[in-house]
Amino acid sequence: MNWLTAALGASVGKKLMMALTGLAFTGFLAGHLAGNLTIYGGKAAFNGYAEKLHSLGPLLKVFEVGLIGFAAVHILTGLWLFLQNRKARPVRYTLDTSPGGRTLSSRTMPYTGLIILAFVAFHLTNFTFADKTRTTIFEIVSAAFSSPIYIGIYVAAMIVVGLHVRHGFWSAFQTLGANHPKLMPTISALSVAAGLIVGFGFGLLPIFISLRY
Amino acid sequence: MSTSISLTLKIWRQSNPADKGRFKNYTVKDISTDMSFLEMLDVVNEQLTLAGEEPVAFDHDCREGICGSCGTMVNGRAHGQLKGTTLCQLHMRHFKDGDTIVIEPFRARAFPVIKDLVVDRSAFDRIIQAGGFISVNTGSAPEANTLLVPPHNAEKAMDAAACIGCGGCVAACPNASAMLFVSAKVSQFALLPQGRPEAARRALGMVRSMDTCGFGNCSNHRECEKSCPKEIAIVNIARLNREYVKASFASPES
Repeated sequence: MNWLTAALGASVGKKLMMALTGLAFTGFLAGHLAGNLTIYGGKAAFNGYAEKLHSLGPLLKVFEVGLIGFAAVHILTGLWLFLQNRKARPVRYTLDTSPGGRTLSSRTMPYTGLIILAFVAFHLTNFTFADKTRTTIFEIVSAAFSSPIYIGIYVAAMIVVGLHVRHGFWSAFQTLGANHPKLMPTISALSVAAGLIVGFGFGLLPIFISLRY
Repeated sequence: MSTSISLTLKIWRQSNPADKGRFKNYTVKDISTDMSFLEMLDVVNEQLTLAGEEPVAFDHDCREGICGSCGTMVNGRAHGQLKGTTLCQLHMRHFKDGDTIVIEPFRARAFPVIKDLVVDRSAFDRIIQAGGFISVNTGSAPEANTLLVPPHNAEKAMDAAACIGCGGCVAACPNASAMLFVSAKVSQFALLPQGRPEAARRALGMVRSMDTCGFGNCSNHRECEKSCPKEIAIVNIARLNREYVKASFASPES
């Protein structure tokens, strides 16, 4: 196993872990969004989806444990990389002008990441761990989004997630070595699209719920 | 037609590695716009010498844009604002009369300042020693057509081999990462049959050496690609990543 720790502990290895776990989270977001879209179908459709999901039982548990494991790897590796990168330039530039490489999205990855972590904790306490013995998930969600503060937090958080995905998606492919003139234009465009889909797809839901219910 | 401009220079002065360093302002008059940036610094140094002051130390050698010796941050950009150009090939016609120019050394933990604008880039030598070579037997040259190289591979290898090791990529990277340099050196061999026998050992050795030298990690900001005087592309970084995966998970090397 020595070779494995050496391979993953090096700079490129740590980036590989970020890329693989990051892509897995993109897949999770796609699934989560698809499920959430049932809200547009109304109360019965959304509660039905939640029931189906929970009927998966042990499979769902395995999935949750997997997500927690991936999150631990993504967060800890990300922090490790962030601290190493800061240490690599102890004296900052007095004047630092970009030739046009970095983007708002790429520059803010560690910070958007930490905001997402805080948001996930908030989101899980709101909905996932809420007591559902006497009520349904739909009622909890529609009650939450009757508050403008909740809507504000959720919409802002989804913009942050969209920003994170916008750089993370193409960056993962580059790190995994999938950069070729044949592929990269499509991957880059998909990355922007993924950021927009995540931002708008999730971000419009609280607004829709507050207006409709 | 040549014209003359006057400039205010804000130059980093640091007498030795232990010195804290500071910016000093200098005013230069009648700089011909035909001069290169380094020739402008020569004029400054002549003035300083005549005034009995210590001239500004800066690295330079060929002044033709091919040796990789020169390079400082000019107004926050490695090698200045001109695309695909080393500092020695940046001419004063790209500046306006009355401009203030901030001149700072490349900054990275792995590139400590020796004096003023001169930094120690021997970390790059250590990375090269860790695998940036091929091993061949001495003796008469082998027949040129023994090893066939597809033309597109030869082109890509030549593109990577254009790297002059100036360190501009490290200077431009927000993380002070050396990935563009290492990827160019790994790529130029990985694309050719002569480089394949040692490819796995090279990828692992050079990445490890890069980490030991204290460079940062790649965040795919692409600042390196935009600043590189030889316009080395980040497709090389993707190739290095592939070579690293192959070497780590599918070769006997460890």
